[in-house]
Amino acid sequence: MIEVKNIKKGFNDRSVLNGVNVNMHPGQCNLIIGSSGSGKTVFMKCLVGLFQPDSGDILYDGNNFTKMNVDQKKEIRKQIGMLFQGSALFSSMTVEENIIFPLDMFTNYSRKQKIDRVNEVLDRVNLKGANKKFPAEISGGMMKRVGIARAIVLNPKYLFVDEPNSGLDPQTSGLIDQLIKEITVEYNITTIVNTHDMNSVMEIGDHIIYMYQGSKEWEGNNKEIIFSKNQRLNEFIFASEFLRDAKDMRMLEETGKIANDRNMEQLTNDSAPTLVPPPEAE
Amino acid sequence: MTFFSEVGNYLIMIKGMFSKPENWRMYWREFMHQCSEIGIGSLGIVVIISVFMGAVSTVQTAYQLTSPLIPRYTIAQVVRDTVILEFAPTLVSIVLSGVVGSKIAGELGNMRVSEQIDALEIMGINTKAYLVMPKIIAALVVIPMLIVIAAVLGIWGGQIAGAMAGIISKDEFQKGLFMGFIPYNAFFAMAKAYTFAFLISSIPAYYGYNVKGGALEIGRASTRAVVVTCVSVLFADYILAAILLK
Repeated sequence: MIEVKNIKKGFNDRSVLNGVNVNMHPGQCNLIIGSSGSGKTVFMKCLVGLFQPDSGDILYDGNNFTKMNVDQKKEIRKQIGMLFQGSALFSSMTVEENIIFPLDMFTNYSRKQKIDRVNEVLDRVNLKGANKKFPAEISGGMMKRVGIARAIVLNPKYLFVDEPNSGLDPQTSGLIDQLIKEITVEYNITTIVNTHDMNSVMEIGDHIIYMYQGSKEWEGNNKEIIFSKNQRLNEFIFASEFLRDAKDMRMLEETGKIANDRNMEQLTNDSAPTLVPPPEAE
Repeated sequence: MTFFSEVGNYLIMIKGMFSKPENWRMYWREFMHQCSEIGIGSLGIVVIISVFMGAVSTVQTAYQLTSPLIPRYTIAQVVRDTVILEFAPTLVSIVLSGVVGSKIAGELGNMRVSEQIDALEIMGINTKAYLVMPKIIAALVVIPMLIVIAAVLGIWGGQIAGAMAGIISKDEFQKGLFMGFIPYNAFFAMAKAYTFAFLISSIPAYYGYNVKGGALEIGRASTRAVVVTCVSVLFADYILAAILLK
């Protein structure tokens, strides 16, 4: 489990993270959401050690990551896979070489074992046969999938995903979300996704952390987020066209026009809240 | 302050390179790749520059030695010593600062901006050790080789040009070449070669590794890397001459 205790981070005189406390739920998709400039990217970079927090602790299974030396951090990082916003594939290498790279670096597998593993993960991300293509020859969605394949090739315990849907069409975004969700469940990975895509929030948000101006403003799941009373969160989520209907639905609920028996238990059985017709319409 | 801060950060980067490789075979592969990139990649331009450098050196020396009291083979001696002491190590290093330096800064800068360096860090790889160290070691191996090749070709170019222009015969040139040769000059040239090789690889690596921003900043970093490397090579050239040629 990843525990974040009161981490603060600033650049020059500007404070970016103002004491964030959160526990990432193991084996679930943990989403960090927030508008641009809210500090979510800095937060994620602190979690993976690309930035050193000014103060506070980040614990991986109880081990304080912020206090570790370089070699100890290396060991933790071997348990981490990460998909970057721009995929960060090595442009001079083929898809196969990109994925085989961590295996070459950290395992003593035979060549055949490595190729088998590459084919296995490529198959898992639905990219069978793309081995010999270069990143420049594949689409953005395929690059993301190659990035995921590379991130999971060493069977990581934690998967970090930065803006998985940026630059992708809604259909491909949905497929990437689906893939992230499936991999999280299938490999029992603790996944941390940095996004401001509300479709992703509703699709895969087992645990959601909303950040506002460098602080954790709200925490919950994709069933609770619609019904949150947090004004800043509401302004953020209902800015999305996708959730306009949900907002209307909540207003109906508040004015008593939604069936009274609908409760959070029912909501947890649904992938998204459903609107029950008001009595007069029946 | 900026100067001292940059020197400090540069030294920190150099210090950060020294760690146990995660996988020796991968580091060796990267080293060999860099040897090929730096060595083979620069061979063409080094050959061309060296031959013409020697040729021009012969013609200009002959032009200046007008006295009939000075034997013609002196031209070969002057060309030999000029090429070995200065032209091959310094001129070639200035050219390599542009060719190799911009390549290293551009490559690392692009990797930084496209988050490839972050991706390697996340995998648990010491990127300074994996990306910078092989470049510096490869440069330390191949650049002195290129400089030796440049010296040989420079002298050969001088001989050919002398013969073709009727300035000095091949035999006379050969006679002058072996007359009064000081082996210490070769040592001095190699001392310069290793020093310049380190500067040519490490300074651009520093600028490329620390790029912040996008494509524009990569270009700026490459330009800055080349300029700083050239100035550093010239400064080191003077320091080495002052120390070693007393």
